[in-house]
Amino acid sequence: MTELVCIVCPKGCRLHVDEKNGYKVTGNSCPRGEVYGKKELIAPTRTVTSTVKIRGASIARVPVKTDREIPKKDIFAAMRLLDGITLQAPVHVGDIVVPNLLGLGVNFVVTRSLAKVSDAG
Amino acid sequence: MKQEYDVIVVGGGPAGLAAALSARQNGAESVLLLERQADLGGILNQCIHNGFGLHYFKQELTGPEYAERFVDELKKSDIEVLTGTMVLELDLSERRTVYAINPQRGYLELRAKAIVLAMGCRERTRGAIGIPGSRPAGVFTAGAAQLYMNLEGDRVGSRVVILGSGDIGLIMARRLTLEGAKVLGVYEVMPYSGGLMRNIVQCLNDYDIPLHLSHTITEIRGDKRVEQVVVQKVDENRVPIPGTEEVLDCDTVLLSVGLIPENELSRQAGLEIDPRTNGPVVYENMETSTPGIFACGNVAHVHDLVDFVTAESQRAGKSAALCSKSGSPSEEGMLRLKNGFGVGYTVPQKIRPQGVEKSVDVFFRANQIFRGARIMVKSGETRIASYPREHIAPGEMEKITLPLALLKKAENGELTVSIEKEE
Repeated sequence: MTELVCIVCPKGCRLHVDEKNGYKVTGNSCPRGEVYGKKELIAPTRTVTSTVKIRGASIARVPVKTDREIPKKDIFAAMRLLDGITLQAPVHVGDIVVPNLLGLGVNFVVTRSLAKVSDAG
Repeated sequence: MKQEYDVIVVGGGPAGLAAALSARQNGAESVLLLERQADLGGILNQCIHNGFGLHYFKQELTGPEYAERFVDELKKSDIEVLTGTMVLELDLSERRTVYAINPQRGYLELRAKAIVLAMGCRERTRGAIGIPGSRPAGVFTAGAAQLYMNLEGDRVGSRVVILGSGDIGLIMARRLTLEGAKVLGVYEVMPYSGGLMRNIVQCLNDYDIPLHLSHTITEIRGDKRVEQVVVQKVDENRVPIPGTEEVLDCDTVLLSVGLIPENELSRQAGLEIDPRTNGPVVYENMETSTPGIFACGNVAHVHDLVDFVTAESQRAGKSAALCSKSGSPSEEGMLRLKNGFGVGYTVPQKIRPQGVEKSVDVFFRANQIFRGARIMVKSGETRIASYPREHIAPGEMEKITLPLALLKKAENGELTVSIEKEE
């Protein structure tokens, strides 16, 4: 039996996962907690968020995220893929920055639309 | 540009955006939103992590995505927006005037039938908590560091100690680690964390960053830049215990030691301020002690979740729209909410049953951790309602819903919210 705090939402349910009983989850208050409890012990995943450089916008960085969760063990490898990328404004929410990262079928996408600003570098 | 509006909203963060939209949707014919920064969205723009919107949009968004949804809706509406505009003063007398300044339009004198205050909050600084030691560069509030990293792309440090376990500090511990910095640990003076459990798990545990409870920084050392900090264990009265000193080599200290509602304008305008929340005293519809003036979001009390800010601010916007048409609800049968054992404050502080449609949401924070407890609502010795909870912690705001029918059971114009341990 493993005790976990569910991180699916900010409620933070205290889960009990029984490895010896088919990873049965108790203590969850929604179905997503059950999925999380199982996955966290078998193959944990996370959404990764960061920023990349942008030129021609009002700010110097544009935020990005993985459009689905990736295996926890791949987080740092995914972060390295963002090094050296520079986008050009305008960009829109959902624009793909890195497609199919690490062959996982997951993309890094833009999370803030930024207009082109004439006087910005 | 008009000189007079049904509703003027001060602040274009999540609270102001929701309030302005809701005011317009609920019958205010002219709405003006004033924002100090160049962009709308407030602090959400630098909160690039995910976890926003699970309640409101039923999906997980990042801060900028959450903000953009409201900004897009605002652009489709006829709500007027002035960015780069600083509100200087409020005159809340009969004239109800907002004095502001804008680089293109100069000094503005704007009248409103109702005003919504949505200025958010500020971070507590090193000065506010008085850390001894020298004054080198490299000491930042967590939110300032977040802005430098996420909007400007600066590296804030490479060996970092974080004081305080507020959510922004936890989020920054992960962010710094992902960008190659070494976070030596998070030191929290209280015996429990100030942030959400989920952030301890996904920001600290995921990256093996230690959380040291009942610890504080007792000295910062360094000439030009931070070179070392001394951390020390504290006793139950938060007094450092001699002999527990540990010296850490680091170049950066982040402070995540609490947020204070930004009520300079409210104080100057003479609104009644609740010393427990540091925000204006509000009624059930988020109206302050001055009729026609509303407050919502972190200016009223510091929230953990933007989704709750949105819900509260929609209520404030709607109330402001109604007020601009037909005035404030009557004070008849007004109830004062008091905080009993285990409860630090309540929002609202006052309820006018006349202003309640079906029920009223009451928010509060516990002042200690409870496992297996019951939230009790009493009038005198009479129990009005009780709500079981498995776990209550100061870092996680609680919400209860009081139906109108139960409010009518209250006697002597008072209700007390307290926490009882389950036997």
